[in-house]
Amino acid sequence: MARVVVDVMLKPEILDPQGKAVHGALPRLGVEGVVDVRQGKRFELEVEGELTEQRLAQLHDIAERLLSNPVIEDFEVHVA
Amino acid sequence: MSGLRVGVVTFPGSLDDVDARRAVTLAGHRAVPLWHRDHDLQGVDAVVLPGGFSYGDYLRCGAISRFSPLMSEVVAGAGDGLPVLGICNGFQVLCESHLLPGALVRNQAQRFVCRDQRLRIEGTGTPWTQSFTPGQEIVVPLKNGEGCYVADEATLDELEAEGRVVARYLGPDPNGSMRGIAGVSNARGNVVGLMPHPEHAVEDGFGPGLDGLGFFTLVEALASSAYRV
Repeated sequence: MARVVVDVMLKPEILDPQGKAVHGALPRLGVEGVVDVRQGKRFELEVEGELTEQRLAQLHDIAERLLSNPVIEDFEVHVA
Repeated sequence: MSGLRVGVVTFPGSLDDVDARRAVTLAGHRAVPLWHRDHDLQGVDAVVLPGGFSYGDYLRCGAISRFSPLMSEVVAGAGDGLPVLGICNGFQVLCESHLLPGALVRNQAQRFVCRDQRLRIEGTGTPWTQSFTPGQEIVVPLKNGEGCYVADEATLDELEAEGRVVARYLGPDPNGSMRGIAGVSNARGNVVGLMPHPEHAVEDGFGPGLDGLGFFTLVEALASSAYRV
């Protein structure tokens, strides 16, 4: 078994109201000095058998077509 | 009674499919319920993708619906000129399907908005907006949590230049949409996405008036089928 991790983040130019809300909560918890918070998504894909180049390419395609929306998000694929 | 056969798609989690069918009927057409798992548009003359929370808005609004069997038929039909109107969640599905440019993200004010909304109809060259006059102001309900329209500057400029902004919010921007955009069309004009809900303003005594009915009259499409190949 292999684990492939896909991280998806809103593009820098897209405002992130969720991150902003989290950021706004920090001072109330006494945390100072955090200048920005961006919230993203992490997908963990458990893959059977050997992780071939072909398999990885397929998962990369899924990350691009399904797990992220290229209009508003960037993604990264890691083998954990 | 004559009229068009207008399909209204139901996804798991669709909310306004029944209202959309009612609006179609009140506009003098026949509403044809379509099911997301079917591979068959049943020969309809136009399709409405209704509002709601298809697949619970999981992943991203409209992201999973996009891959439903029926959507592959809708995408193919849209390519042949089939008139398609996506309302709210339907608009999100159309953006996720890349039938329309841009995307809809969480409201900037971090709140769900539900109110009667004043709009200006700008693009009247689509089968869904041709019964309006350019610049006409209407009021229909708006209710969304992720209705903030975003696209890159080049795309926005192109939409404006080609008259593809079909509707714009009047008054304070309710959800932070870029350039106050409430609805856009594809280049050909047969596919329209709209965040507000015209189907909730089609009947006396319900909603803010009858301004929404104009979206469902489909006058020219009825007369000439001009939007079909």
